[in-house]
Amino acid sequence: MKTKLSKIAHGRAGDKGNTLLLSLIPYDPLNFEKLVKNVTAERVKSHLHHQLKGEIKRFVLPELKAIQFICQDSLGTGVTTSIAMDTHGKSLSYALLEMEIEIN
Amino acid sequence: MEKEKIRIGCGAGFSGDRLEPSEILAEKGNLDYLVLECLAERTISLAQKRKKENPLLGYDPLLERRIQRLLPILIKKKVRLITNMGAANPIEGGKKIIEIADQLGLKVKVAIVHGDDVFNQLDLNEKTLESGAPLSSYRNIVSANAYLGIDSILPALETDADIVLTGRVADPSLFLAPMVKELGWDRMDSTILGQGTVLGHLMECAGQITGGYFADPVSKPVPDMDILGHPILEVSKDGTGIISKAQGTGGLISTQTAKEQLLYEVLDPYAYYTPDVIANFSKVQIEEIGTNQIRISGGDGNPAPETLKVSVGYEAGYLSEGEISYAGANAKERAFLAGEIIEKRISEAFDEFRVDYIGLSSLHGTALSKDSVPYEVRLRVAGKTQDSTLSTLVGEEVEALYTNGPAGGGGARKNTHQLMGIVSILMDRTLITPKLTLIESK
Repeated sequence: MKTKLSKIAHGRAGDKGNTLLLSLIPYDPLNFEKLVKNVTAERVKSHLHHQLKGEIKRFVLPELKAIQFICQDSLGTGVTTSIAMDTHGKSLSYALLEMEIEIN
Repeated sequence: MEKEKIRIGCGAGFSGDRLEPSEILAEKGNLDYLVLECLAERTISLAQKRKKENPLLGYDPLLERRIQRLLPILIKKKVRLITNMGAANPIEGGKKIIEIADQLGLKVKVAIVHGDDVFNQLDLNEKTLESGAPLSSYRNIVSANAYLGIDSILPALETDADIVLTGRVADPSLFLAPMVKELGWDRMDSTILGQGTVLGHLMECAGQITGGYFADPVSKPVPDMDILGHPILEVSKDGTGIISKAQGTGGLISTQTAKEQLLYEVLDPYAYYTPDVIANFSKVQIEEIGTNQIRISGGDGNPAPETLKVSVGYEAGYLSEGEISYAGANAKERAFLAGEIIEKRISEAFDEFRVDYIGLSSLHGTALSKDSVPYEVRLRVAGKTQDSTLSTLVGEEVEALYTNGPAGGGGARKNTHQLMGIVSILMDRTLITPKLTLIESK
């Protein structure tokens, strides 16, 4: 069965220059391993390929039961000089949550 | 004398934050310290520009309003204020506080922390962390401010000043400094400094840990957001922190709000660099111990880095912007036609140019919204230029769509502003000397 990440997880976007940071946190800690298995850096890159132009690094935080993605070269020319609508990429937390994953 | 516990409130998480929560914290929070964090990366460059135009300005634009409203409560309740509202001009900001105190008939002593302005020490051959290009490749550099740490704030806390006013300091240091002073922490103990930095980081965005920027009425409901309260931190000598908020305020403090904030703007949860410590967030424990009450422990760290980050501001040209809306039958198609018209007319004149369709694809592009048929669409056009004579062109052309564009366009707005870019370099910390200046009411 497929589900959208927004049904099982939440998160917040942050920015540092041209680097976008996305956290992904399961509502139910029991779903943490499913997220770790399914939401890889590669999948995030392909899901948001139009936005994420650089390398993506994933930090898995088993004690916190959370995942953090560090997405380089993903905010145009960077927060302070970008001419995009959402220069910080703050709304992109919800773009990640649009991803569908397979759960049983 | 060392204390067993201290209470620190955070009444502002950015320059433009609401004023009321800080008053509630000072009045009802039973606080030892109130922190107002008002200085984002770019805020200080904008402040440097104001200082250049008028040497008496360059402190936070809301400093007067905040101090006027807060000072009587702070003095009555004996709460010390620590704030980076000094921005690009802490000395003049300090004098302004004295002036406000005089008007209010109050006596106040202000400890001003400065020395963060390293503009005159810049080496233009230094390569930026963002692009690797040397600073000399950025035209019109207007500011350079180093992130100072607790070693700059602690001497100010050792005085009997009522207010500590700083320029650029690392946000968590605003909180860590009073913990170190009051709880007698060893400044060589990276574990306790790491834990204190975790607590400071959780607090520094104020409402972002009490349900602000978290709320989603469907998946993450937060009660009474119209009266959202800001956080209170109670820290014990062993570093354990309890975060809560004042009675009668709205919002939510939970494991979820804390996790979102813990990871917010964190490039490496195992190594969060500040001037004080390289903190490790990965083993932080968050426990809900009561309604809107969480206990935080488990932060760790390694010794402070040898370098400090310096934010360098430069003038990056102009953003020229225009918007107009379409609704009803064929709204999307009419908006597309309008965008096409503007693009053909003027896009080549700009260094960067983009057309966005608000309600459709302006935030996440077309990939996630391709089948969407909204009732209304707002066209937004933006161009970047170094040429001031072109800075109003996009808005003018979009407005001209009224009589020269598709049917039914409404609500045209235009906007122009100067872009202030920020890049970072690292500077040997031994080259940077924090300074302390005390001023007081006569």
